[in-house]
Amino acid sequence: MASLDMNAEGGPKFVGDPLAIPKIKCDSMEDLESYMAHPKHNTDLGFPGELIDNWKEVAIAKIGELAENNRAFQVYLDTCVKCGACTDKCHYFLGTGDPKNMPVARQDLLRSVYRRYYTFAGKNFPWLVGARDLTREVLDEWYNYYHQCSQCRRCSVFCPYGIDTAEISMAAREIMNTIGMGQKYCNEIIAKAKTVGNNLGLNPKALRATLEDLEEDLEEETGLSVRIPLDEKGADILLITPSADFFAEPHIDGLLGYAKVFHEAGVSWTVSSYASEAANFGMFIGSYENMRTLCLRIRQAAEDLGVKRIVFGECGHAWRVAYSFMNTLAGPFDFLDQDYPIPQHIMEFTHDMILKGELNFDKSKNDHFRLTYHDSCNVARGAGMGGYEGGQFDLPREVIKACCNNYFEMDRDTTHESTFCCGGGGGLLTDELMDLRIKGASPRMTAMQQVTEDHGVTHLVAICAICKTQFSKVMPEYGYERESILSVHQLVANALILTGQTIDEDTAPEGDGVATEVNS
Amino acid sequence: MGGSDVSATLFALLYYVATLLLVVGVAMKLRRYAKAPAPLKIPTMPAPRTMKGVYFRLLRETVLFESLFKSNKWIWLFGYLFHLGMLVVVLRHFRYVTYDIWWWLELIQPFGIYASYLMIIGLIGLLVRRFTVERVRYISSPSDYLMLVLLIAIAGTGMAMTFVQPVDIIAVKGFFLGLLRFQINPLPNSPMLLVHLALVAGLMIIFPISKLMHGPGLFFSPTRNQIDNSREKRHLAPWAKKLEE
Repeated sequence: MASLDMNAEGGPKFVGDPLAIPKIKCDSMEDLESYMAHPKHNTDLGFPGELIDNWKEVAIAKIGELAENNRAFQVYLDTCVKCGACTDKCHYFLGTGDPKNMPVARQDLLRSVYRRYYTFAGKNFPWLVGARDLTREVLDEWYNYYHQCSQCRRCSVFCPYGIDTAEISMAAREIMNTIGMGQKYCNEIIAKAKTVGNNLGLNPKALRATLEDLEEDLEEETGLSVRIPLDEKGADILLITPSADFFAEPHIDGLLGYAKVFHEAGVSWTVSSYASEAANFGMFIGSYENMRTLCLRIRQAAEDLGVKRIVFGECGHAWRVAYSFMNTLAGPFDFLDQDYPIPQHIMEFTHDMILKGELNFDKSKNDHFRLTYHDSCNVARGAGMGGYEGGQFDLPREVIKACCNNYFEMDRDTTHESTFCCGGGGGLLTDELMDLRIKGASPRMTAMQQVTEDHGVTHLVAICAICKTQFSKVMPEYGYERESILSVHQLVANALILTGQTIDEDTAPEGDGVATEVNS
Repeated sequence: MGGSDVSATLFALLYYVATLLLVVGVAMKLRRYAKAPAPLKIPTMPAPRTMKGVYFRLLRETVLFESLFKSNKWIWLFGYLFHLGMLVVVLRHFRYVTYDIWWWLELIQPFGIYASYLMIIGLIGLLVRRFTVERVRYISSPSDYLMLVLLIAIAGTGMAMTFVQPVDIIAVKGFFLGLLRFQINPLPNSPMLLVHLALVAGLMIIFPISKLMHGPGLFFSPTRNQIDNSREKRHLAPWAKKLEE
């Protein structure tokens, strides 16, 4: 659907509407199926390897257990009035038109079974309240559609009772794992993080080699010894960052940004090879125990290295786990310096440095970009920043604006707490779901196309490893280059002039032909 | 024993049972909600940083339907008209269970009729939406329609007693005041009244076992009632504590 934009540069233009509601296309995403986990990956996580014989009884019992142990699950199953407020809020529904991707319909896949076995009306008058028996077809439907939810919580913003589909979707995945029906992508990754320490299965030796290469690059660029230390005991700060920051683009440019900021701040810091992963896919499968195990690795690393502070790199759901859950799962962190937030986000660290005037930026280094910022769902709706309500929206923007000249906002209905998911979060960043990922990205991409038309925006900046990977894959589908996605700290790295740094003639803003020393 | 005595006795019994089921049913549900722990801090951000802020958030949700307003103006409008109208109408019915009329009851008395208009407009709007909007029709079960029909019937029979077929409301008041003192006083033998009372009793009975629990449920919703202070204060559910031992 398109709308006429009267205010566009160069006269009115037809542009897509990111909030356009599609016609319902029943079961259009029915055949999409995420690969099932290998038995080994299920058992590594403490779940049965394959679908157990008495799966039905166990699944029904698990619903009851979750309702008793998780207030959100219980209350959200009971209180929905089917008002329809959420029906047009999910990016997967907007992108696919499959009505089972409407948040309420997604919840109902499980709610209908809960009603059948746990409510008076559902037990006695199932037809009246839409209750149904748990059958193999229903189970398959769960598996399919609960792996079409990125747990971004946009629906929970708009629900009059705050019903959070992410809670239902996490519970559904927990139930399916309990009966041996895990998803390959999530479970394989959790198993790796639990044994090797990161989602990639990158061993300490490979990690060290990677970081040393990056140090060389940094030295070549700046003429300074900017370090990316690994396993250095006694460092002040332990950096926990998504392992994608060690190898993927544009993630890696963000890592270089952290290193430069730490260098300029003059703090001692280190990465840990034992806990070399910020991501915590335990959240995606709703497993408190697995999420806790992964958090405890971080605690262990911090204790072993004797650090005083923990800082997290750019990762959306990792920041939700770190900010909202880590104190619960692996706290109390009384051995750390209580004068700093525990944990702290790299954005908070950099923002502090900017406020103190300790970072010297040459904004023109980012002049070849015209930028807009994508609020990552888990940062926007699952966490905070800066110690005040809404800080998670301000800090990244203030950091970006401090190091670039051309910044533009997308439609307010698609940013801040109303931000659209990139389409690849919540354990869906896997190739077999590419069709869903491309369609799910369409509301965000449409909002971006608007600012491209209106302001000539060329690049999207994100603060989340999953967003970055997802956009680099799907942006070409929407007319952008795959390099059109940037890390926030990549902009920082570009613009930051380190004390004593050599600036070579090609990149110097006013090059006079000779490499110059900058002292600031 | 005349026919009206029989119906008075039946309705007296019905109202005792309905009240008991409503009170006990709601209490049991609330107890279950209160007993289930919230294992993690999941407020929908940005969230208030203080308890006062949380009260204010819940107040805005209750009084203004803030999230619904952000979401969909039509549902908000019809939902708001219905709930506001119903609130005034229900309050106005307190005059049937108090001997002396409280001052605030006198105050809202003249607005009762207008409130009933709002209520019925809101309900019909919601019902029409449920039929006509494809997405809402898709998610609706028979009970979702019936609930609206039940409320429209209650409002309709109530309005009919004001506009079409007046009943002896002094006698109705006598009947309900009697129930409070465990006496069965005569009930006017008006079909409209009996239907109205039967439907209201039905609503009271299904309240705790239906989606009508959304009202009290809101206050137990972790995304709305939690404080954003997870970094500063450790939150731990009792069952999670056992994992640490």
